Amino acid sequence: MTLIQCAEVHKSFGAVRALNGLSLAMQAGEFVGLLGPNGAGKTTAIHLLLGLLTPDAGDVRVFGLSPVRQRTQVVRRLNFASAYTTLPSNLTVRENLRIFARLYGVREVERKIATVLELFDLGTLRQTVAGRLSSGEQMRLSLAKSLLNDPELLLLDEPTLSLDPYRAETVRQLLTRIHQERRLSILYTSHNMREVEALCHRICFLHRGRLIADGSSEDIKRQFNADTLDEVFIRVAQSGELVTQEEPRHA
Amino acid sequence: MRESWQRLYAMFCRYVYLQRRSLPRILGVVFWPVMELLVWGYVTRYLQQVAVPLAPLITFLIGAMICWDLLYRSQQAVSLGVMEDVWTRNLINTLITPLRLWEWMAATFLYGLLRGLIITVLLATLASALYAFHLWSLGWALGLFALELLLFGWALGLMTAGLLFRYGYAAEALIWGIPFLIQPFSAVFYPVTVLPPWARAVAQVLPSTYAFEGMRHVIHQHTLDLELFWRAMGLNGLFLLVAVLVFRALFLSSRASGRLVRLGIE
Repeated sequence: MTLIQCAEVHKSFGAVRALNGLSLAMQAGEFVGLLGPNGAGKTTAIHLLLGLLTPDAGDVRVFGLSPVRQRTQVVRRLNFASAYTTLPSNLTVRENLRIFARLYGVREVERKIATVLELFDLGTLRQTVAGRLSSGEQMRLSLAKSLLNDPELLLLDEPTLSLDPYRAETVRQLLTRIHQERRLSILYTSHNMREVEALCHRICFLHRGRLIADGSSEDIKRQFNADTLDEVFIRVAQSGELVTQEEPRHA
Repeated sequence: MRESWQRLYAMFCRYVYLQRRSLPRILGVVFWPVMELLVWGYVTRYLQQVAVPLAPLITFLIGAMICWDLLYRSQQAVSLGVMEDVWTRNLINTLITPLRLWEWMAATFLYGLLRGLIITVLLATLASALYAFHLWSLGWALGLFALELLLFGWALGLMTAGLLFRYGYAAEALIWGIPFLIQPFSAVFYPVTVLPPWARAVAQVLPSTYAFEGMRHVIHQHTLDLELFWRAMGLNGLFLLVAVLVFRALFLSSRASGRLVRLGIE
C-alpha cells in the first residue's frame, strides 16, 4: 500500500525554489530516511505532507488523500515530531499529553498517556512543567505526543538533534522496536548519516528540491562511488554538478 | 459533533491550564482592570463632588469602564490564543491535529467569555463596595448590551488573529492596539453627540457605539432602547461575517506562502 505519493511537486518561496519537481513514494511499513544538505527541501517536503503548505504545482497524496483538501482524514492517521517545535512550555507533561490526546480523539486517554509515558521513560516527570524539561526530555515528550493516536505514519524531523548520545541511542532503539512491533511507517530526516544508515531501510537523497538518489545505503554509496554516506553527503553539498550527472533512481 | 466538542473542550482546557498555572498571568488578567477601576472610580467620585447636578451622568463612567473591559478582554482572548501557540513554538503541533479552525476559534471565544465574566463580577463587586455603583441593579437590559460588546470583541479578535497569521510577530502590537483604535469613536465615556461630524460617521458603523449609547439609555431611562440593540446586533452580525472571511483568507494566504510554517518554527 502506498502511503506517500509526491508527483512532480514544485514549491517556491518568493525567488527561492524549495522543491523543483520532487517525485517520491513511500510504501506502508517502510522506514525511510530523507537526506540532503540544508536547503535541499526536506523540511518543505514534510510540511507539504502535513498539509501545512500547498504545492505550487504537482500532486501530493498521503494515504491516497490530499493533505490540504482532506486534511482531517489525513492528520488523524499520522503524527509528527521535530526538534524545531516544542509543546506548550507552561503546561505539565501530563496536561500536554491529555490535551493532545483529546485533540486526536483518543479513547481511554489516561491509559494511553500512561503507556507513552512509560515508553519514553517520562513517568517521573508527569507533573513537571514542560518548560523546565531538558531539551532531551522535551524531545521525548514530543515523541510521546506523536504516538498518542497510534499513527500509521510517523514523520520525524531530526528527532535526535538535541539528545545526548545515550538518549539518542535509546530513542533509536525505541523507534526500531516500534517500527518492527507495530509495522509503523516512518519518514525520518537527520544530518547524522550513521544514524540514518542504522535505522532506515531506504534512503531518499534530496538536492536542490529534487530526488537525486533513492535506495538502500549500499545502493547510494555505490551510485556515488563512495565508502560512506558522509562522503556522499559532503560531495552533494559541495557540488550540485557532480550529482546531477547521475541519473536519479526512483523506487 | 461530539468529536468537535471534545477538541473544542481540549483547547479550552489548554487556556485554562495555562492561566491557572501562572501567577503573573492571573495578576495580568485582574491587575489592569482593577487599577483602571480605582482611577476611574476616584475620578467619578471627585466629579460627583464638584458637579452635583451631573452625578447620575458621571456614574456611568464606572459602568463604561467595566463594559469596555469586557470588549477588550474578549478580543484579547482570541488573538492571544493564537499567539500562545506561536510563542511556545507549538503552532505546528496544533495545526497538524484534527482540530478545525472554527473549533479552535470557538475555544478562544469561550475562554474570552469566561475571562470576561470573571473580571466583570470582580469589578462589579469592587465598584459596589468602593463607590456604591451597583452594576447588577441596572438589570438584564444592560446584559444584552454587554453581549453586544462581547460579540464585537470576538469579531475584532478574529481579525487580529488573521493579521497575526499574515504578518507574524510584526502584528503582535495589534493585540493590544486594535481596541484602542476604535475606543475614541465608540463613545465609551461620552455620548456620541460630542464627536465631530467626521468622527460620528465612523462611530455609526461600529456596534460598540450603539452598545454604549444603549447602556447610557438603560442607566438614565431604566428602559431598553430596542432600536439601539438591533442596530448593534445587525452590525455585529456583519462584523463577525467579515471577520470570519478575513481570518480565513489571511490564514489560507499565509499557508500558501509558507509564512504559517515560518511562524511555527521561528
